Amino acid sequence: MAAMIEATGLTRHFGGIRAVEGVDFSLAQGEIHALIGPNGAGKTTFVSLLSGRIPVQSGTIRLGEEDITALPAHIRVRKGIAYTFQITSIYPRLSVYDNVALAAQSRGAAGLKTQVAGALGRVGLGDLATQSAGTLSYGHQRLLELAMGLALRPRVLILDEPTQGLAAGEIERFKTLVSSLTPDTTILLIEHNMDVVMDLATRITVLNFGQVLATGSPDAIRRNPHVQAAYLGGDDAAG
Amino acid sequence: MSDESKSWALHLALITALFAAQFVLPPYHATNLARIMVLAVFAMGYNIAFGYTGLLSLGHALFFAAGMYGMGLPIWLLDWTSLPALLTGVVAGGVVAGAVGVLALRTTGVSFMIVTLMFAQAGYLTILYLNTYSGGDEGFVVTARIIAGLDLAADTPRYFAALALFSVAMIGCLILVRSPFGRVMVAMRENEERSRMLGYNPFAVKLTALVLSGVYAGAAGAAYGMLFGYVGASFAQIQYSILPLLYVLLGGAGTVIGPFLGAAVMFYLIDIASGYTSAYFFVVGAALVALVLFAPKGILGTLRERGLTWLP
Repeated sequence: MAAMIEATGLTRHFGGIRAVEGVDFSLAQGEIHALIGPNGAGKTTFVSLLSGRIPVQSGTIRLGEEDITALPAHIRVRKGIAYTFQITSIYPRLSVYDNVALAAQSRGAAGLKTQVAGALGRVGLGDLATQSAGTLSYGHQRLLELAMGLALRPRVLILDEPTQGLAAGEIERFKTLVSSLTPDTTILLIEHNMDVVMDLATRITVLNFGQVLATGSPDAIRRNPHVQAAYLGGDDAAG
Repeated sequence: MSDESKSWALHLALITALFAAQFVLPPYHATNLARIMVLAVFAMGYNIAFGYTGLLSLGHALFFAAGMYGMGLPIWLLDWTSLPALLTGVVAGGVVAGAVGVLALRTTGVSFMIVTLMFAQAGYLTILYLNTYSGGDEGFVVTARIIAGLDLAADTPRYFAALALFSVAMIGCLILVRSPFGRVMVAMRENEERSRMLGYNPFAVKLTALVLSGVYAGAAGAAYGMLFGYVGASFAQIQYSILPLLYVLLGGAGTVIGPFLGAAVMFYLIDIASGYTSAYFFVVGAALVALVLFAPKGILGTLRERGLTWLP
């Protein structure tokens, strides 16, 4: 499969902390690729480098054929890399509709109402469009965040811990939704919930201390002794 | 009635009421109201930057003065006629705001306040320094005040000219804040980082809002000079940066009619208080303290919170 995003030698230090150190990474067109690793492994920093929120110290990032290493974040979004925040980042004082409309209209304002209704419908928030976003429950705010990502109609959707704080039923719905997005949209998923990762991911990359520990299919990762030692903590935790 | 028709009805009713006011008000109050309408246009411009986009500028006197001198100087020095001079003033407001914005928008928050304040002070001192061309402290009288055969020095045409400008500015503002771009301006105010990650360039959005704000301020400055016949450096002073901020805070930041309401209340507060005491700024200060304590979102901002949620 063709690479949608190809990162080579990505490095970012914060003072003495090597948050991301020489990471090579390839995201294949249409896959659901999970990024896992212990807390502080550099997962969020790594996807922030991909999305442009944090500038790269060294290394290159390609989106398709294009080198996007030097492009600012908002241009990368327009080129099709959408990022949903780990810590919910919505507009609490605006209506649910306006939140999603802001995402949808950045690709052009034509047919805005239909697009917004479509995105809200997919995450199951269609009935709450007129509410102000700050009054939604935490789980619903997470889904709104996801709807904003969908409304951008991205080529690559980066989901940073999307199921955190969701109820069991909502997680099932989320899994169905994310599977339905492929292969049109390529998904890069940071996730701590191993059930979600193992069910959804076609490939998994494990980060540890800012470096790639292993990349492979869910089965291969589950069996990898290094990964077990560093993160999964034995067979039973691999779920 | 839908929210949209309610809001149009309210704004058109205000314009109609102001139209009718000319026929019932005594001349003194009609002239006051003409002044208030022009100052309200200035405040509406300020509101585009501050109320909707979250840019707290302390330099809007510079844009007001740019409009005023952009209109006045071509008449004074080059014997231009009224209409092209007026349009030059409007453009000057936008151009100066754009130039200041390109530099000042590299900063945010308190730094932005200080940088805009410095630019405005530099502008004021430049007007004084170039007194051969600008009239300096004394200023000058605007001689060409006739547009389309209407003598803007006379009460009635002046009132209707002010009303025409006010109406265009208010309807323009209403359309702007309901447009997709208006939504992006508010998004920048509410959460800049999120907006960036939805594909919006914060610098470009804020610069556009500031230029629009400058166009409003320039139009108000040009109209003020032309309708009331005088251009002077005092309009470039710091209080003309503070006044629109006070109007907007009083009326309600981020509301379309708020700036008009704030300008009217503040104008008459000063007018009435100065009839009783020379310490009228004390009364203004007390009113502002009360505002901050009891209605920090301004008059219309508070009403919107208490039920009039459709208020744009």
